[in-house]
Amino acid sequence: MIEYTAKIREIAERILRDGTVDAVLGFRRGSIPMMNEPCLVKDPAQVQTLVWDSNCGINLANYLIGRKDKIGVVAKGCDSRNIVTHIIENQITREQVYVIGVPCTGMIDKRKVSGSTGGEITEVLEEGTRVKIKGADFETTVDKADVLQDNCAICVHPNPVLHDERVAEPVPVPQDKDRYEDVRKVEALDPQAKWEYFEDLISGCIRCYACRNACPLCYCPTCFVDESKPQWVGKSIDPVDTRTFHLLRAYHCAGRCTDCGACERACPVGIKVRQFTKKLEKDCRELYNWEAGLTLDVRPPLDVYRPEDPGDFIK
Amino acid sequence: MDGGKVMRIIRIEKDDWVTGLGRLSDSVRLCGPVKTGDFHHFKQLPKGVVPDLEYRNTRLSPKSLVYPQSEAMLEYTLDTRQPDHHIHKEIAKDFSPQALLGIRPCDAKAFLLVRRNFDTPQYKDTYWIRRYETTTFVGLACDRPCTTCFCTTAGSGPHGEEGCDVLLVRQEDGFLAKVLTPKGEALMETAKWQTEAESGAPATLESLKKDAEGKIVSHVQTEKLRQKETLELYEAPFWQDVAFSCINCGTCTYLCPTCWCFDIQDEVYGLQGMRMRNWDSCMYPLFTLHGSGHNPRPEKMQRVRQRFMHKLKYYVDRYENGIQCVGCGRCIQHCPVNIDIRKVCDLMNGFEPGACAT
Amino acid sequence: MPLKGEKKLQNPYLPYPVRIDAVTTETEDRSLKTFKLVFLDPAHEKAFAYRAGQFAELSVTGKGEIPIGIASSPTEKGFIMFTVNKVGLVSGSLHNMREGDIMGVRGPLGNSYPWDVMEGKNVVIIGGGFAFTTLRSSIVYMLDPANRPKFKNIHVVYGARSPGMLLYRDELARWEERDDIHMHITVDATDNPNWKYNVGFVPAITEQKAPAGSDDTYAIVCGPPIMIKFTQPVLETLGYAHDHIIMSLENRMKCGIGMCGRCNIGKEFVCKDGPVFTLAQLNRVPKEY
Repeated sequence: MIEYTAKIREIAERILRDGTVDAVLGFRRGSIPMMNEPCLVKDPAQVQTLVWDSNCGINLANYLIGRKDKIGVVAKGCDSRNIVTHIIENQITREQVYVIGVPCTGMIDKRKVSGSTGGEITEVLEEGTRVKIKGADFETTVDKADVLQDNCAICVHPNPVLHDERVAEPVPVPQDKDRYEDVRKVEALDPQAKWEYFEDLISGCIRCYACRNACPLCYCPTCFVDESKPQWVGKSIDPVDTRTFHLLRAYHCAGRCTDCGACERACPVGIKVRQFTKKLEKDCRELYNWEAGLTLDVRPPLDVYRPEDPGDFIK
Repeated sequence: MDGGKVMRIIRIEKDDWVTGLGRLSDSVRLCGPVKTGDFHHFKQLPKGVVPDLEYRNTRLSPKSLVYPQSEAMLEYTLDTRQPDHHIHKEIAKDFSPQALLGIRPCDAKAFLLVRRNFDTPQYKDTYWIRRYETTTFVGLACDRPCTTCFCTTAGSGPHGEEGCDVLLVRQEDGFLAKVLTPKGEALMETAKWQTEAESGAPATLESLKKDAEGKIVSHVQTEKLRQKETLELYEAPFWQDVAFSCINCGTCTYLCPTCWCFDIQDEVYGLQGMRMRNWDSCMYPLFTLHGSGHNPRPEKMQRVRQRFMHKLKYYVDRYENGIQCVGCGRCIQHCPVNIDIRKVCDLMNGFEPGACAT
Repeated sequence: MPLKGEKKLQNPYLPYPVRIDAVTTETEDRSLKTFKLVFLDPAHEKAFAYRAGQFAELSVTGKGEIPIGIASSPTEKGFIMFTVNKVGLVSGSLHNMREGDIMGVRGPLGNSYPWDVMEGKNVVIIGGGFAFTTLRSSIVYMLDPANRPKFKNIHVVYGARSPGMLLYRDELARWEERDDIHMHITVDATDNPNWKYNVGFVPAITEQKAPAGSDDTYAIVCGPPIMIKFTQPVLETLGYAHDHIIMSLENRMKCGIGMCGRCNIGKEFVCKDGPVFTLAQLNRVPKEY
């Protein structure tokens, strides 16, 4: 995917120069291995700072909220679905965004890479489907498929669903991906084991809200955890409050989450927070035959009542 | 805590280390790095558990052992049938002696920086001070700094002694221990680590220290921060660009050993309640929100600027003793969007108002 | 438990228990109430020795704390007084409390108006809306017979949106009749034909009535940001140097003792190094308040 960089720069420069957009939202090279920094380029002369590789896991749709200008945004499959959701939810207009579509072959999980070596990693180089990892006194090469982010490993929507221009031809859509194997494992547990599973999952949570803030869906002016009249959630690391935060946030994302993985990527203590949202995603699939953000033409099921909606829970 | 005077150098053999820990644990609560999942945490050690010193640094700083993330301060009853209803009372606290084993020198120095906030002539935070004073800091010198460590230009170093009562330096068969304070001496005595090191030890330590310092590859420039005009730095044009990617989470502030801001909250369950304090972050919009709805820092850029100005300028001006950062590198490694304090520090240090803007 | 041989450190977060002795609704829209508080333990009243301009953290048990300027003057014994605006969770709860209820007070906190500097000088007090609380404390303090000789001329410009929104109306009227203080009470507008005093915004009345600035004259300004914004140029025109213009700031606070970190402007904590600053000092810090 690193070959996309040149195309992104070319498109960005063009749409800035001809006034199609006021700014372009993309990534620039990070200061440590496996990290890139989201950036806003307004000056056509600065487009050379834009890069693209398998370390662009943060969802740039997050930065569109509240913008009033015309903005170009580099979007992979999941990001573009979030842009669709933003448009449906009236957070931005279609005319405002110029989507530079990126057919994505997956993002590298830097924790999987770090975990696979003994020492500090000083450089990571992508070479097609292989990834070369270098440290002060070691070097190894792995298959990218082995170090993909969890959500990328099961992704079935790699190509942008919405784009004004694409940087490359669409990539093949993976078939036969079992997206919910881990969810089924938890569903199969008995209630006590399930409880313990989730308790253990969030036991390290430090309530930094990186997951919430990295999520493009979480744009409430005042999040429910910050309300004081009345106060819904305590602010300490009491497990009850932490549980409430994660469970409620997942529910607020139900029917909207595109499984972009930004939440897991952002979490500083490595909590697999997608375990909450994936269950709800599975439920929406099964109950409403719904996947978020695939089309601008249909409102999400939790937005709309249809007579054929499942109703057997109404007693 | 004067890190300059070395009282003695002790040699601790591997077996002695374990036996000594056993002796210590009879009277002192031991805390040390423990591997949990993919990384290390600084935790209280159950009896018999030896700290895992094969680590670079803990994910979260050890500040939580002196300054817990959530801490009950006062309690009260709202039951009007009680004679002391609605009156705030102190809570019984456990400040029994503890030892932080294997803390890195940057983290140990950080406690001294935080102390300046909690221990002032006018007000003393009893909770923090009491716990700090009953804690013995047994530092572990770094022999393999990370590429993101910049302690040597942030007031510390891989063999830094400030903030440590004892500094352990790894040897093939154990440790050399520099005893730095009376508290450190007391700990060595309880553990019965009393074997004086050989006469060549100081030279060995000096050479190991130089080696380690030579391995530091990250440096920041801070020498001009003090003389910069606050308002000029504040109005500098680079903040928009620095702050754009920030998602205003609390990662940097919660992982940072020198961040200390907190929130006070009352929590009531039925008729019983307590006043507690929790870590808070200047990154959150709620941090400065007035009751009237006015917010002095409503924009993300203002909050990001506040964090860096506070750490690299306001603190420098207030205490005239260096930046409020020890170069541990945690924020660099874990910021979800890779905002890098080294870059910002150099931007601030090198900023000349009126110079050509790019 | 204190360590062996150590004096017990005083816990700065522990409030003094107080009882609400009286509650008065100050304004016609009921948004402001004055609370008269009495210490349960007389020793605490002694420990709470304060100066005009300081504030305290009012602690509503089970709800939280709010930083409120002390409206009573140190010359008034046996009680302390606060006027609280109902804006949020804690102030809202406080407004629902009644005489006899128990709550807590922490303080006195902050620096005060610079009484030592103002001794022997003219003092011009300019207040707007419900920011008048510590100004009341200052006026009562200065008018006390033991203190009045220490100051030369005292002028007060105080305005509110309407007559019903002025605080301490009875006292204002009494002060108006004294000849050792010049009161310039004003309202933005009124349709009350019996209104005896000025009509006009505080900056305008200040321009008309306040004395010229000089080395011997200090202005204390306390009010909403909009009032301050328009009063400052007036004072400059009148010749007040920035280090003779004294302001009292507000900011979100929790600890009130310079420890929780949230109220800083630049390197100063509003709760500990302030809330009183001269305009000269404020010109050198970022406007984050």
